[in-house]
Parts: sequence; C-alpha cells; structure tokens
Amino acid sequence: MLNQKQFLSPHIFTKSLETLSNRDGYGQGLVLAGEHDPNIVVLAADLSDSTKASLFKEKFPTRFIEVGVAEQALATIGSGMASYGKIPFLNSYAIFSPGRNWEQIRTTICLNNVPVKIIGSHAGITVGPDGGSSQALEDIALMRTLPNMIVVVPADSQEAQKATQEIAKNQKPTYLRLTRMATPVFTTPKTPFTIGKAEVLWESRDPKVAIIGCGHLVYEALKAAKSLSESRIGSIVINNHTIKPLDEQTIIRAAKTTGCIVTIEDHQVNGGLGSVVAETLAKNFPTPIEMIGIEDKFGESGDPKELLEKYKLTAKYIIQTAKKVIKRKNNW
Amino acid sequence: MKKITSPFEIQVLANDIRKDIIKTLAQAGSGHSAGALGLADIFTALYFNLLNHDPQNPNWEERDRLFLSNGHVCPALYAVLANAGYFPKKELKTMRKLSSRLQGHPVRESLPGLESTSGPLGSGLAQAAGYAYGAKMDNKRFRVYAITSDAEHQEGNHWEAVLFAAKYKLNNLTSFVDRNFIQISGSTEEIMPLEPLKAKYEAFLWNVIEIDGNNVSQIFESVEKARKETQKPTVIIANTIPGKGVPFMEGRFEWHGKSPTNEEAEAAIKALDKA
Repeated sequence: MLNQKQFLSPHIFTKSLETLSNRDGYGQGLVLAGEHDPNIVVLAADLSDSTKASLFKEKFPTRFIEVGVAEQALATIGSGMASYGKIPFLNSYAIFSPGRNWEQIRTTICLNNVPVKIIGSHAGITVGPDGGSSQALEDIALMRTLPNMIVVVPADSQEAQKATQEIAKNQKPTYLRLTRMATPVFTTPKTPFTIGKAEVLWESRDPKVAIIGCGHLVYEALKAAKSLSESRIGSIVINNHTIKPLDEQTIIRAAKTTGCIVTIEDHQVNGGLGSVVAETLAKNFPTPIEMIGIEDKFGESGDPKELLEKYKLTAKYIIQTAKKVIKRKNNW
Repeated sequence: MKKITSPFEIQVLANDIRKDIIKTLAQAGSGHSAGALGLADIFTALYFNLLNHDPQNPNWEERDRLFLSNGHVCPALYAVLANAGYFPKKELKTMRKLSSRLQGHPVRESLPGLESTSGPLGSGLAQAAGYAYGAKMDNKRFRVYAITSDAEHQEGNHWEAVLFAAKYKLNNLTSFVDRNFIQISGSTEEIMPLEPLKAKYEAFLWNVIEIDGNNVSQIFESVEKARKETQKPTVIIANTIPGKGVPFMEGRFEWHGKSPTNEEAEAAIKALDKA
C-alpha cells in the first residue's frame, strides 16, 4: 500500500492526476532558487525556452548568460564563473551536455571541484520523434563515474522543483536529469525530498519483491505495485532519485526484506540505475536482480508512448519481470 | 608583494627561473621543457611585476587571477610561484612524484596560487572568460589573465570562448598566446596552420597586440595597453622561442614533451649560466 508518510497525490491512480514535464518544475524551482540566492546565474546554449531556463531569464535578465550553441564553452565558462563565486546552472539537452562536453565537466568542474549545476534536459527515449541521435541514454553513466559529482533524477515535475532548490544549496558539482514528456505528477509539496535519501513510496505488508526506479518511470513502478497487490503479490517501491551518493541503506534493507529486486529506468541498464543497485547489492547482500531499461541499443523515432511500449518500459513489463525475479529467488 | 620594476632585473631573474625549470624537469624524469622555458619571461614579468597578488595570502579577494590553460608548461609556473614565495623552493624536487602538491599538470586544490585545473587543451580561456564575466557582474576591479599555447588554438572549445569574450566585451580579460610555432609532433603550420593568427583575432573583434614574448619591456608595455582597453578583451600574441636559453633545445619541437637527462640538464644550466 502507499506509504502515507510520503503524502503522494490523492488522485494518484485516477485519470484526474495532472501530467507535466519535469522541466516545468525545474523552471519554477530555478526562479525560486534565484530569489533565494543572488549568486545563482543561468547559462544557456541556445535552448533557454525548451529547457525552461527562460523563466529565470524573464525574472533575472542580468543573471542570464547566453553562450550560443557551444556546450564545451557552456561547461568551461560555467567552471570559471563558479571559481569566481557564482552558482551557475548550465542548460542544454542531455545529449549535448553532459554528452558532448564530458571531458570539460570532468576536468574543469569535477577535478576543479566547483559548484556547477549541469541540467541535462530532454534525456531518455521519451524525447520521441527526434530519434536516436537526440535521445541521451548514457548520461547517468557518464556523470556517476565522476568523483565529486552528485547525480539526481527527479520522478516528476514537483520533485524536479524541490531538487532544483536543493542542488542550488549543496555546494557541489551536480547533474540534474530532466525529461521532456509530460508525465504524472504524483508527489506533492509535502512529499519528503532529501538529496541522497531514497524514499519508500509503497510497502505491502508481506513484500515479495522490491521495485527500484528513478525518473518518470517510478510512476509505472507504483502502477505495477498496485496491480501486483491485486494479485496478492506484495511489493516495495523505492524512488531512488539520487543515483549518487546512493542511499545504500534503504536499498540493502529492501533486498533483505524482499530477497529480490527489479530496477527500472529510461536509460541504458549498463552503467545506470540497474548497475548502481547491482554493484551495491553484490558487495553487501547478493540478491537476484532483474533490470529494466534500454539494453545496449540506440533509440529511434516514435511517439514516446509507443517507444515506452516497444522498449518494454511500462507497468506491464514491470509486473512480468517482478514475477520472473520472484521465481528466481525461490529457486536461488 | 614588492614589485621588480626593472625589465633587466626581471630578465635576469627569468634566467635563474629557467635553471629551476631545468632542474625540476630533470628530477621529475618526464615533463614538457620547450614551452616552459619559452614562457619563463612572461611568467616572471607577471608574478614579479604585473600581477597584483600576495603569496602570503593566496586567496586575497582583490588579487589578479591567472588561468594557465596549457597546463603542461606548469614547471615554469611552479618555479615562478616558488620563487615568489607561495611554497618552499625545495618542493620543486617533488614535481610529478607520488603525493606531491606539484602535479604533472596543475590541480587547483592541491597547491596555493593555482586558479584552475588544466591539462586537456582548449579550456583555459573559457574558464578565464567565465571568471571575468562574473567579476564584471560585481564590478570587481581586479583583472583576469589567461596563458594559452598556440597549438591549443586547434581546439574548438578555445574559439567558443573567443566568441564569448568578444560578445560580452570582457575588457578585464587579457590572454597571452605562447606563439612558439611548435607542438608535440611538429610545426603548428604543418600540423594545422594557425596563420594569420593576428587577423583571426581581429576578425573576432579582439584587441590584438603582437610582441616578442622573450622581451620583458614589450611584455610590460603590452599589459599596460591591455589595461587601458575599455571595450574589448585583449590578446597578446607573444612570439617566443621554445626552449629559450638552451641552445640544443631552442626551436626544436622534439623538446615539446620531453625532459632533459641529468647530463643534458648540466649542459643546459651551463648554457644558462653564460646567458
């Protein structure tokens, strides 16, 4: 059942649940962060409207800096501004930043250890019609391997807003991953959010499997949990919004409680959330794991919903996979 | 710190610093000789006259900032910083060794006096430009300097920063180009020609000054001119002799990425003693 302490939307499993892109929450969070801290500046690489950085630009025009279609400059100019004492938010699509400018992020932001915020918008296969060259499916892997870097993947627009305000304050290099598609806003202003703390959103009385997700697919995990409970299969659903630092305790506890895990992400399972969870459990509490995500493939054009179906990233596949991993556990 | 005003005295000190560079590189057993020797006059002129800075208080808020972009010439920067009093000179011996604060390429947090981490080419000017932009937002009076190599002008990241600095009229930014015409595998003009470099910067709407980068009076004058510029960022194209002061290194690209053996170091120091 839903964890009441999470204060999720009362409309959570109804058609009246609002959908928004999590970049909307980001844009609002950015303005709020900007009001709170005059040192926040926003840099854009020609994509201020579609990344919602434009909301900040309207409010604080003198703190908005256009660098042109130049993502390497975006990272390195951002590094310089952070060395000076500003808190730069770098805005582009994830495929370009951190896709194109990875080395600049590594050397001038992470090794330099300056508090630059890299906002990778339009990540994941749900970018849709733009096709494979636009769909960043490797960005979590790229960012989580960098020392000093914090990696946050909000589950909906509301959480994106909170995450934006939080990363503005953490004084660390940080990657925030955003997606374009409008997805259910199932958390509320009262839902807890702390960087580095995974949240248990659903916990059945006798859970047989733990489903760990990040990003917009956490909602699919909740739908799957509800459906599984209707077939009398209890589960735990974890919103693992912070990939790094990982909340190992919560994940190990879920593994100990259930004995098997399903992970789900709109990203390559190689190097993404699936890998993160597997690495942690292999070291601490070896447990059967099934990983749902993109399996060493590039994406393609299509409606986001069609793509989610084709690449098996929906509640239906989580349910199938949960049953599979429970069977594995029983034969372990 | 107390400034040395005489160009001649700077030139003499730069020659001593070249000896430190040679000793440091020979001790390390690897590293980049040619560019470091070629830039010794510029680094010495900056740290002993042109920059406002305080080795006793490396984080002094009003200091001028220097971003070294071509991090591989750091033996020159380390030797100058040590001579200026940022850290004990004997520490030069540790460069490139385990646990040393003097990393093979500079790492900002490891040593006082460094403004940035560098090594991968083409990213230093952009960092300096970002810094200069931030300083301008807050009406800071200090100046921001960048040292770049000529060959790193083959990197796209560098030209992105050139566009940026011009657009935002960063007249608080002065960038040196170490124009020594060599890179690791040969002549810049054979590998990927940069000429006409002066015309390129002019076309990108920078204030362009060209000097003999081994002549301290010209270094002084060029920085003075840059300070007076009210609209544009300034680039000082400093024609230098790679390996300057060591006859068997001068002008030879083979010394770009190589350190001297102990025998070569001895010969180099003898040559510098006579200079």
